[in-house]
Order: sequence, then structure tokens, then C-alpha cells
Amino acid sequence: MVNTESFFGYRRENGRVGVRNHVVILPVDDISNAAAEAVANNIKGTLALPHAYGRLQFGEDLELFFRTIIGTGANPNVAAVVVIGIEPGWTGRVVDGIAATGKPVTGFSIEKNGDIATVAAAARQAKEYVHWASELRREECPISDLWISTKCGESDTTSGCGANPAVGAMYDKLIPKGIHGVFGETSELTGAEHLCKARAASPEAGEKFLRTFQAYQDEVIEAHKTSDLSDSQPTKGNIEGGLSTIEEKALGNLEKIGRDVRYIDVLEPAEAPAKGPGMYFMDSSSAAAECVTLMAAGGFTVHTFPTGQGNIIGHPIVPVVKLTANPRTVRTMSEHIDLDVSGILRREMTIAESGDALAEMCVRTANGRATAAEALGHREFVMTKLYRSA
Amino acid sequence: MTAPHLLVHSRKDNVGVIVVEGVEADMELLCVVTEDDTDFTITARQAIPIGHKIALDDLTDGETVLKYGEDIGRMIADAKTGEHVHVHNLKTKRW
Repeated sequence: MVNTESFFGYRRENGRVGVRNHVVILPVDDISNAAAEAVANNIKGTLALPHAYGRLQFGEDLELFFRTIIGTGANPNVAAVVVIGIEPGWTGRVVDGIAATGKPVTGFSIEKNGDIATVAAAARQAKEYVHWASELRREECPISDLWISTKCGESDTTSGCGANPAVGAMYDKLIPKGIHGVFGETSELTGAEHLCKARAASPEAGEKFLRTFQAYQDEVIEAHKTSDLSDSQPTKGNIEGGLSTIEEKALGNLEKIGRDVRYIDVLEPAEAPAKGPGMYFMDSSSAAAECVTLMAAGGFTVHTFPTGQGNIIGHPIVPVVKLTANPRTVRTMSEHIDLDVSGILRREMTIAESGDALAEMCVRTANGRATAAEALGHREFVMTKLYRSA
Repeated sequence: MTAPHLLVHSRKDNVGVIVVEGVEADMELLCVVTEDDTDFTITARQAIPIGHKIALDDLTDGETVLKYGEDIGRMIADAKTGEHVHVHNLKTKRW
């Protein structure tokens, strides 16, 4: 029996607690990936986060970009950050955003220096950060310092019967103990939006959810659809697993928030919660890597990922705990699964017991247990882009 | 208790989920309703893969399919009790 009242984490300068201790080399833009990766190759114990964007974005899309990249650097799973951009303007904006947490961060820009001089200077700084971060020690922290996100993927009907209710039971157990939680996947609530609205803690939060949901339907789906989306939602994997319609998928999805939890606010993509402990809904893509990246940027430190057919996703700085109730997936893809809850389908395990088991796995993961995705090197870092660049 | 062959979320549902591998035609299946832990049996009319749905009643073209006690779409072809319900005979009402 693992104690789920506390865990051992790294308390950061702003009071938040991390469960990992990464020194991150963060490129501001696509063309700085090479320099960031060169630094990470040179300095052991650092991690580069290459990505595809950061040039000529504008408006709401640019704000989302900065929120995502700054939020990722600011995440308490990160001890210190080296930021590398092509020019000093946006590089400085990212550095300042991360520095607001109080953590060590230094920016380098490539113009007038070139890649080689930039890599040399950034590598010297990264090495200093590695020495410093490697002497930080975990300390015992109350469970209320844990921020746990959730998003499911390659779902099938066993997700709605077992793995998703297990996540819900974990939240029913830990939210009353003061953790922060978040769920999202705006498109994948289609067919369950009335039930989701009813799970708000206040009429205002419920109305805000419904406005967010409807805006997505109007501005994204209706504006761009060329069919009934049956080729994308449900996905081919979902259909292989027995899910037939988006409504069926959505009802299973909503099982992840349990029976008692009520969400207190609706967040923009990658927005950090600001109304205290409890559950939040984040407007987010339903594509796994995008959604986990947005939630990590919002400050969540452990992710719970129920799967049916076997999604294999991880994230560079947030441990992704994978669970499934599908016995075939347990048998054929065991190396990707952290927690087997297939006993629910055999009636050998109750939903409450599965929630307890997941809460224990979250605490073990927070304490330092490497997840399947970490051991296998899954580091998907995928930013959401709202529209074409200028 | 004996492990069930299929699970049903709600008494209102007209489909259930096969939760074991190897269901073949004419097999008698033990079904558990998870909301109240009651059980009943049903006979499969065809092979149905794990995770796929089985009709608990005779379903007709145009009929609403209920799972979790909620609307998950409409039938676009008939399915008799014990037959496979999936994308060939069930379609979303959305989008």
C-alpha cells in the first residue's frame, strides 16, 4: 500500500512542486532547433525540445504559441532553462516569461553570432545549470501539491467500461485532498456536452463550457468540414476497437471525471489555472500529443492516459502514466502499459479499487518511478496551431 | 463470480460491449449490467470481436441506439438481437 497523502518532489522558487528535474534547452523557433539539439548533445543531463513553429505567427495564434512555450519552460518539472532563438526580441520575451517563476533561465540569439558560437556559449551555461540542478533534493510534499492532468487516446469501448472510470475514481479520491486536475478534448465531448455542462461547479462555469464547446463547433468543425468526420472521429483505431460514433466516444471520454468531481473553471488552451485547487476543463485539441503539451504548459506535472487499443504517447517533461482495461492490449503491448485495470472487465476489480491503484501509481510516478513512455523514450512535444502564419 | 462475456452500462441500453476475445455464433453469453450488478444471458448470432457491440433487442433502421443510457446515434440498417452493431449499421446524428 503506497501512501497517497504525500509525495517527494522538487519545490521550486515560486512554491510549485515538480516531479522531474529537467534542464531544458528550449528553441524559440523552428530554425533554432539545430542549435538547441547541439547543446543537448554536448551537455549530458539536458533535454532539447525541438518543435515546428515560432515564426510569423500573429494574433491569438501567436499568444497561444507564447503561452505554450513559456508555460512549458515554467512547468515545475523543469529546474532551469536555456532559451535559444534566431533573434533577441522574441527570445527575450520567452526568457522573461519563464523568469517570472524565479527559476534560472538564460537566453541566446543566433543572429550576429552564428550557430557555432551560440552553441558554445549556451553549452557553457547549460553545463552550469546541470551542476546546480543535480544537487537539488526531493522533499516530502502534501498530495495537494500534485497537479494531475488527463486525456485518453486510441480509445475503444473498454476505455468507457474500465480505464476511463479508473481515472474518474482517482479524481474522486484525490480532488477532495486538494490536488489540481484538468480534462479537455473539446471535440470529443460531442454528444456528451449536456452532461459535461451539468458537471460544472457553478452556472457560470457551465455556461462558459458550453460557449467554448459551441465556438469550437462553429469556428472549426462547421467552417472546415467536408464530410460527417466519420473518417477522423472516431479514428480508425477507435473503430477497430468497436467505437462506432462520436457520441459513444464522448460518453466514454466523460467517464474520466468520475462521479463526484465538479469543474470550477474553463481554461484557454495552455492557460494555467488560477482559481485554486480542484478540477478544470481546458479547451484543447483531442490529438494526444497536442493535448498533453497544452496541459503541461498549463503547469500540470503528472499525466494520466487511459487507452484502449494502445496509444504509445509520452511527453518530454511530464511523465505520462498509461493504463488500459483491454486484455488484448495488455497482452500485445505490455511494454507501454503502466497499470493494467483489465480486472474491471472480469469483475475481479471494482472501479474504486482501480482508482486507488491509479492514485498509488501517480504517487509512485511523482516520487520518481520512470513511466513506460519515459523508459521507451517517448518525448512528443507538439504545439497547437490555430491558423496559417502571416 | 464468473467473468462476464459482455458489459452493459445502463438498464436503458439496447446494446452491450463484448469484453472477451473469441465470441462466436451461437455462444451463450453472460451479461452484467454495471449500474446495478444484475445479470442475464443472451445468444450471439455471429462472431463479434472484443470491444464491439451486440444488439440486446431487435433494432430497426432509424432507431436510436442507447448506451450509458444516452443517445449514441441511429441505426441505418436492421440488426436482430445478438447481432453485431457497428459502423455498418450505426451512424452518428452529429456533424
